[in-house]
Amino acid sequence: MTTAPADPIIKQDRVPPSEPPAPAAKRSTVARRLIPFGYLSPTIVLIALLMIVPIVMVISYSFRDNVIVQENSVFAGLANYTEVLTDPDFLAAIKNTGIFITVSMVAHLLLGLGFAMMLNSPLLGNVTKSLFRVVYVLPWLFTIAVIAVIWRLLLDPSGVVNYVLNALGLIDQGVDWLGSPSTALWVVTFANIWSGYPFFMISLLAGLQGIPGELYEAASVDGASPWRKFVHVTLPQLRPVIISMAVLDLIWTSQQFALIWMMTGGGPLNSTEMLSTFTYKLAFSEYEFATASASAVIVLLLTMILAFFYVRQQRER
Amino acid sequence: MATVMPDKAAPGMTPRTRRILMKTALFLGLALGAIFAGAPVLWMLSTSFKSNGEVFENPPKLITENFSLDAYTAILTNGAQLRFFLNSYIVAIAVTVLTLLVALLAAYAFSRFTFPFSKTINAVIVSVQAVPPITLVIPYFGLVVGLGLYNTYPGLILTHMVFTLPYAIIMLTAYFNTLPKELDESVKVDGGSSWTALWRILVPISVPGMIAVGVYTFMISWNEYLFALSLTRTDDMRTVPIGIQLLMGQHSYEWNQMMAMSILGSIPVLILFLVFQRRFIGGLTSGAVKA
Repeated sequence: MTTAPADPIIKQDRVPPSEPPAPAAKRSTVARRLIPFGYLSPTIVLIALLMIVPIVMVISYSFRDNVIVQENSVFAGLANYTEVLTDPDFLAAIKNTGIFITVSMVAHLLLGLGFAMMLNSPLLGNVTKSLFRVVYVLPWLFTIAVIAVIWRLLLDPSGVVNYVLNALGLIDQGVDWLGSPSTALWVVTFANIWSGYPFFMISLLAGLQGIPGELYEAASVDGASPWRKFVHVTLPQLRPVIISMAVLDLIWTSQQFALIWMMTGGGPLNSTEMLSTFTYKLAFSEYEFATASASAVIVLLLTMILAFFYVRQQRER
Repeated sequence: MATVMPDKAAPGMTPRTRRILMKTALFLGLALGAIFAGAPVLWMLSTSFKSNGEVFENPPKLITENFSLDAYTAILTNGAQLRFFLNSYIVAIAVTVLTLLVALLAAYAFSRFTFPFSKTINAVIVSVQAVPPITLVIPYFGLVVGLGLYNTYPGLILTHMVFTLPYAIIMLTAYFNTLPKELDESVKVDGGSSWTALWRILVPISVPGMIAVGVYTFMISWNEYLFALSLTRTDDMRTVPIGIQLLMGQHSYEWNQMMAMSILGSIPVLILFLVFQRRFIGGLTSGAVKA
């Protein structure tokens, strides 16, 4: 299937010898202009099928009723949007998603920067450095389904986290971290922090290694303390990487579905309901595809706002 | 940060004590970090070797009396579980091969030709990466059912490419741009077509770039969860991430088997990562930061 476009390209490229010279030359330039589109055609077809058509579909679903499950859908105007936007569960999902993505992003950044700076220390030998780097990257190598079961095991009321906290005297009885509405959001966020910081660490480490040594030498000549070097050399140099990573992380974390779905399913009592789990439940548990589409379009709009900042920031660089 | 603190707090010390203090603080920080990152993984590994009765033993032990590979044997001799692995391999390998082929052609066009709308098309491809999967899964469900691809491999393979294709095109275009144009132009001077130049010249020297992109593509597809959950229905079509979840639902107390399955399901990605670590991290950071 993917090799199919090859044939027309080869034919277009060769001018048939029997043709008179003038039109052949003309045809050959037209053909030559089409060559790149020949190479792009599988991509264009796939992007149209996998992105443009689906987005048009989901927007049109969101203004209709009885979509997918029934044959005759009817125009519903803004009814689906009103329904979603006045749903207290949706508003809770917005709030939870906001907390989840902001706390995760800040923690990812701090941990990523801390680990990257430790790994970048000149006091470390190469072997020690690569050993610790592999250990630090570990959480990132497991699929989200695995992350979810690991943390369900650790956070079980009779699990090892409770045992350690109990031994340290921090709690006096087993806490049901995932089963209680006051803690569930925080432990889900913690699991997300654990699984996501290595990506920041890797990028920031690359950024740190790219800072010219002369900048630090100049600062030393001026008698700058390590703290001042960090604030006046390291941070400004890392700024572009930090900002793009932060926006990318907000986009990715806002799309997190599997972790929450497998750890809590959005519960207990909607305390971990996110925009993704809210939308998924509407569609695939309640088969309210039209209302779910309205929610999905709102998620798309929110993401586009974040993406806009990302693109603008990339342009400035 | 740990390297900064003691240094700042100790202005009157000799350089030697200062250095020792800094080193101690650094290794303390590194050790704490290693516990944070590694302990959960170690506990998963330890649990997979326990008997199920020992999982929540108090006090918890890393290695118990009944240390055994039983949980692994149980997973590896169960046809239903092996099917999840087979499905994941089929889908991930197909996604990798198709993504590389399609992305190769597109990257060639972007890198070697000037044509109208190239910037627009490129911008659309880049923006695909930001579209939330949860927005796409609803119309995908409609599309995949409509095309008769619900609960099939092609349905999963096709939809996974929405994640893998943009990244692969961006990375391969960047890779091709680093290769001098004179290489493929020499083929054209000899009367060969651009098609010949691509396969005879560019593809053979782009193998390292294609490996990096291929590894990443495989990992994305192997780990994908939402589409695999929504676009398949029967157990014989489920992939490993969904299989892990099913294990949780069916035998909610078989923790040792869940951990064994999790480890077995992570091995392909772990091996790929460790083997291609350097190339992969380099490609990833340049992709994330520059793309």
